[in-house]
Amino acid sequence: MKSFAFITGLALLLGLIVCSLFVGVSRVTLVSLWSDPEMREILMLSRFPRTAALLLAGSAMSVAGLIMQMLTQNRFVEPSVVGTTQSASLGLLLVMIVSPAAPIMLKMGVATLFALGGTALFMLLIQRIRMKSSLMVPLAGIMLGAVFSSVTTFLAMKFDLLQSLGGWESGDFSSVMQGRYELLWLVGAMTLLAAVIADRFTVAGMGRDFSVNVGLHYGRVMLIGMAIIAMISGVVIVVVGVLPFLGLIVPNIVSLALGDNLRRTVPWVALIGAILVIGCDVIGRLIIHPFEIPVSALLGVLGAIVFLVLIVRSKRHAH
Amino acid sequence: MRTDASVSLSPGKRLLLLAALLVGLMGIFMTIGLNGNTAYILRHRGQILATMVLVGFASGISTLLFQTLTRNRILTPSVMGLESLFVLMQTLLIFALDVGGLSIFGSVGRFLAESALLVMFATLLYRWLLGGAGLDLHRVLLIGLVCGTLFRSISGLMQRLMEPGEFAVLQSRIFATFTRADADVLLISALVIMLVALVVWRLRHRLDVMALGPDRAIALGIHWQRHVTGLLLLISLLVAVSTALVGPMMFLGLLIVNLAYPLMGSWRHAHLLPGCVLIGIITLVGGQLILERLLDMAGTLSVVIEFSGGILFIYLLLRKGAK
Repeated sequence: MKSFAFITGLALLLGLIVCSLFVGVSRVTLVSLWSDPEMREILMLSRFPRTAALLLAGSAMSVAGLIMQMLTQNRFVEPSVVGTTQSASLGLLLVMIVSPAAPIMLKMGVATLFALGGTALFMLLIQRIRMKSSLMVPLAGIMLGAVFSSVTTFLAMKFDLLQSLGGWESGDFSSVMQGRYELLWLVGAMTLLAAVIADRFTVAGMGRDFSVNVGLHYGRVMLIGMAIIAMISGVVIVVVGVLPFLGLIVPNIVSLALGDNLRRTVPWVALIGAILVIGCDVIGRLIIHPFEIPVSALLGVLGAIVFLVLIVRSKRHAH
Repeated sequence: MRTDASVSLSPGKRLLLLAALLVGLMGIFMTIGLNGNTAYILRHRGQILATMVLVGFASGISTLLFQTLTRNRILTPSVMGLESLFVLMQTLLIFALDVGGLSIFGSVGRFLAESALLVMFATLLYRWLLGGAGLDLHRVLLIGLVCGTLFRSISGLMQRLMEPGEFAVLQSRIFATFTRADADVLLISALVIMLVALVVWRLRHRLDVMALGPDRAIALGIHWQRHVTGLLLLISLLVAVSTALVGPMMFLGLLIVNLAYPLMGSWRHAHLLPGCVLIGIITLVGGQLILERLLDMAGTLSVVIEFSGGILFIYLLLRKGAK
């Protein structure tokens, strides 16, 4: 039954991928593909990279959210809630200020380092919170993110980069083309790695004492998890921008249906993340055709609503 | 509440000191580095100063009222998403009427229409949110923050759908600066604030009672629900004023009120209300002076306030969690 559902999901994804390939300003159809080499070029240079980027970024950010929720033992966090994304964009801005012409690898590296630093700071912060209400953790994270953002805005204003900052952060796939998205394959590899070592995160999610008892190297698993989260956030923000709330919605929906065994849920999280992002992108491209709405705007609205429902719902389960 | 016996200045004297400090700062702000076309510079600075006075006033009072209402030192109207709601209302109005339709209103009419929308929505939403029993603080806070994000996202979505001309009109109104003050809007803001100040001042003793919480306040004869609605109405008016003047400033009110409690050393609204107003204006004028004159960074006051306010918030959150 479950595998049947998964296959249905895959079919849906495939359908969306086809839609994503054929929706756009220039009309690419099967017939024109056959007859017109220019159309083939559009497909290979622009449409295919875009769809691949959506697929990779969507599933990776969802999986990053899932890992983060496991490691913090908290349902309400994901990289863009706790300051990981915000610190990554601070790092990116600093590279832009210090050396505007830096190669994309350097930008990505710095953004990833900052993401790692921001996540580590958040982890330290929540360990200081003695009364660990499940809602305190995201609150502290949101505030930490706000502090990072204010520093970023301040620097961007000072160096007159406010507009470019808005450009990066908007989570927009319209500029994704051949030669600009390939780094996302790295993120795909991270996602695979996460899937392979998923059961360790499951154990770590039971808490430190339990993990040490069953012989897990707790500190190392935490570090690996944080590194994966930071890399995914760093690369995604450099290549496509912020995808708000994605890591929050998808893992929560999946865990409601399937529970918390990561080995089983990681493929689902990746699949649904990809479906959601590609779906939002296709919708965004159709609403005000021939212009488009970036995915982040749609995800922001959708994610906030789902988050609200989760908070209000969790009241019934608590205590 | 703790009153410091060791520093035994009476609240009245403390207010006088603050007022003296404020007058001094204002004097410096108006006269420092005055050269060239004096009349023009004075008028320009006067407008900025007036904006700061009104915003300090509105943020201070609205946050104090909100904290009295919720009996909490962390909640502020803007943390709870009220300012983003106001931005959403502005966006909605521009979106629905487009620029041509708006110009019929004029800036005053538009301000009134936006405020009316805000007051209506905010009173409904937050009465429901804060009036409901059994909601713990963290949940309310998180709901507020997420509502803020939701409002911002919806505004963002609509801004994407707007025509460039409409967007330019909006853009100029949703980024916090102290220098764009429109004389008409300043005037109407001053009127609104005077009116609200009058009402709040008459309520000051009742506010002391309300700060004890709903149960005791009701036992002492306060009509709780009616007062909550009334206060929310006043708060949303003040938020409308400050957002219309300078745009959203998430942590300004938090900073002001958390300075005011220890500086005033009193829990009585008769002292806290003027204290918040004075501290609010001092924060803005003093901050602007330091930035502009000492650090040579004009126009970034709002960002600095966001930064220090955000850190204060985390600190309060951690201390609150430790208790």
